[in-house]
Formats: sequence, structure tokens, C-alpha cells
Amino acid sequence: MSEKCYVARSSKIAARMMGDEMMIMLAPESTLFTLNEVASVIFKAADGATPLDEIVAERVCSEFDVEFEAALKDAEHMVKELAGHGVLIVSDKPTTQSRAFAQVAR
Amino acid sequence: MSHLVAEMSAKALKLGIPLSVQLDLTYRCNERCVHCYLDHEDHGEMTTSEIKDLLDQLAEAGVFFLTLSGGEILMRRDFFEIVEYARMRAFCVKLKTNAVLIREKEAKRLRDLDVESIQISIYSHRPEVHDAITKMPGSLRRSINAIRFLRSKGLHVTIANVLMLQNLQDYPGVRALGAELGVEVTIDPTITPKMDGDRSLLDLNIDQAALEHVFREEGMLENVGESCAPPVGPDDEVLNSLPCSAGHTACYVSPYGDVYPCVQFPLPSGNVRRDKFLDIWRHSPQLNEVRSITTRDLTGCSHCSNVSSCTRCPGLAYMEGNMRGPSTQDCEKSFARTGIQSVNLKSKRSSVAGLVQIQNVAAISQAVSA
Repeated sequence: MSEKCYVARSSKIAARMMGDEMMIMLAPESTLFTLNEVASVIFKAADGATPLDEIVAERVCSEFDVEFEAALKDAEHMVKELAGHGVLIVSDKPTTQSRAFAQVAR
Repeated sequence: MSHLVAEMSAKALKLGIPLSVQLDLTYRCNERCVHCYLDHEDHGEMTTSEIKDLLDQLAEAGVFFLTLSGGEILMRRDFFEIVEYARMRAFCVKLKTNAVLIREKEAKRLRDLDVESIQISIYSHRPEVHDAITKMPGSLRRSINAIRFLRSKGLHVTIANVLMLQNLQDYPGVRALGAELGVEVTIDPTITPKMDGDRSLLDLNIDQAALEHVFREEGMLENVGESCAPPVGPDDEVLNSLPCSAGHTACYVSPYGDVYPCVQFPLPSGNVRRDKFLDIWRHSPQLNEVRSITTRDLTGCSHCSNVSSCTRCPGLAYMEGNMRGPSTQDCEKSFARTGIQSVNLKSKRSSVAGLVQIQNVAAISQAVSA
């Protein structure tokens, strides 16, 4: 995955925080996902405008006791998997896809 | 229920989150179904901006599953604006509709808004039966056309088939129609009282023998053997369980902003025009009373042998006069499944037997005249 990779939440999903986990439903397949605390932080920060490495450095490494390299590798793996399901959209340029989903992050 | 949804529900219960809310957008309707429990007059529905504000509050409260229902939801001119707003707030949106007003354009719009599922009421595969129930000529044809449009857009559609005396013979036909259209069919043999407490609609319910027959139809219950097996008596796990999700992880909001534990549980618990939703959810004395009830607290049911498999609805029990009491309609369903009378049915039948002591009365009368 490119170092400057931008990640945006798809507008096709339903999502809500429950405690420290994010629930995500993908319609119309009605596929349900739950993300753990770290993955939820990345998902919430996936605004399409902030590069993934910046999200990892500023949000993940600052909140959790993890090394940047290891955290970035895990984040890339997670992003690839969720992008494969259509939950996230990956781009090498900034996008505005996630603006509408501001309230998901609550 | 999938494993993940069950896990989510358990977590929502622990955290006090209203995971699912049904919001009725209107009680107005273009059909006049013979079994409908609603008053279709508009007594002051929430405006578009009131509904948007409520959706903001529901999102803030953690609501994930949002069911929009009515009345007929498409009777509201702002229906698509509301759905769009709900999707912008990332709700998992489910719709309940008769679909009469859905054509290709509306189906495409719903697909573009990524609604999760659409439940459509179909009472029969025969127009003369369906249209007689809805009192709207051509309604079956229009609803079926809508299902085809929605399916062609890849949307997830379910047919809801409510059984009553008028259409009892037709559920195999509806199931065949569902198979032809590629949609799931759910069958519900429960007619409920009107929201104002009028119980005359209950006369439309199918009788015990028909219920028994329906429950034994192939595919009607997930596991007929298990569901219809003689129940084991109540144990501590059952007695400590909660009667249902109403008021615990789910609630209902009417078009006028009234909050109830469930659409089928008309216990007034607050109004979002007066108070914030989250304040009502957390502090309503009525909701907190509902939450305080475990199976152990239920009069009669707590020592009924059917309790472990009964689908007792606390709302129907409330409408019968006691939210801690039995729901006779569910007692009858349990009886139809298991063949064992509930404590409530036994008590009702023994009191009926008491009134039918005609022979004794006649004997006394003869003795008196002698």
C-alpha cells in the first residue's frame, strides 16, 4: 500500500459506536461488522482527507502504546480488508466521501 | 438472530443503549385495512425539522436500527428527505410500507439511499382477498409491481403476511408468491387491539385449531420439533430473564412525538416535543418500571409450564390490563404449539366451567318447584 494512502468511509454503510466498538452494517447484503477499539479510532478518522500514516501516528500511536511501524502494518491490513467489503474507500488522493458521516464518530 | 446481532443486543442492554427504534412518520394511510389498529386522522404530526432534530437525538443516543413505519410512510411528502437525512446520520434504515406508491423511480431512490430492507404487507395472492382486506381496489397488483421494482434494484424485500379469518386459507399462496418474487415471507397470526384500547378487532383472529395447523406447517417455525415440544418448567435462568427488548434496547416513537416501550405496548412514557429523547429513555418512570420486570415477577406466567418457550408480549399483556400479567393471545399460541394449556388459560376455562353449571341450577330449580 502506498505511503500516502487516503481512506474514506463509504456512504453505503450504517455505523454507530457502541461502547468502545464500532458496529457497521453494509446494505443490502445485511453484512454486519464490529471493529475493536483501535480499528474504530482509524475508522472514525477515515475522513478521506487525512493520510493513513498520519492517522496512525496522530491518533493510534498517541492513544495506544504501540510502535508506529507495527501499528501502520496492522492498519494497512485492516483497511485492505474493509475496503474489500466496500466499507472503506481507498485512494491515493484526498476525497470528500466521508464528510456526510460526521455523526458516525460520536 | 445472528450471533453478532445477539452480541450487540447484549452489549446494548448492558450499556443502556436503545439499539432499535421504530419511528412512525404518519398514521395517515392510503389503505383502510380491516384489522388496522390505528386512527388515520392527522392530529398534528411532527414537522420535517422536528423529525430531523429527533434523528440527531437518536443518533446521539446510539440508535443503530431505525425502522420507519406508519400509517403509510410514502404519504409524507418529505419521506425521501427524511430517509436521506437518516442515512446521512448513518442509521441502518428499515422500512415498513404497503408499497402502493413505489414505482421504478422510487425504487431507484431507495436503492441509492442504501436502505437495509423493506417490509411490505401482502395479505393474499388473490386480488379479491387482498383488496377486500385493504379496501383499496388494485392494491395487490400495485404492491406486487413495487416488489418487482425493488428487487430489480437489488433491494432486500420481505413480505409480511398477517393472518386473520379473511385470508387464513391463502398463506400457502403468499409463500408461493414470495418464492416467485425472490423474497422472504413472514407469517404473523396476531391481530392486536386498537391503540385506544378497543378490542373488537380481536374477533378477526384465527381460532385455536387453525393456529395449531399453521404452526405445524413446514418452514413456519425455525425448529418445529423444538418449538412444539412439551416445555420444561421454569428454571432460574428463565425466571431471571427479561420479557422482551421493549424498553430495554428498543422503543417506539409516534408521529406526534410520543414515546412508548414498543409499537405494540402503548404505555405513554414521554414526548420528544417536551423532553429530550435521551432524558425520556434514561429517566422515564414508565420505561424504568418496564425495565424492572423480570419473568419471575409475572403473575401466573412465572409458574406456567409454557414460560420457557412462550412468546408472551408484554404490550399485549398491558393492553389486556396488566403489564405483569399474561397475554392470552400468546397463551393460545403456546397452547397451539405445545398442546399444554397455560396457567392463564386453565384459570379462564375453569371460571367459564363455573358459569356453565346449568345442570346443577336446573336440578336446584326442579328441587325448589318440587
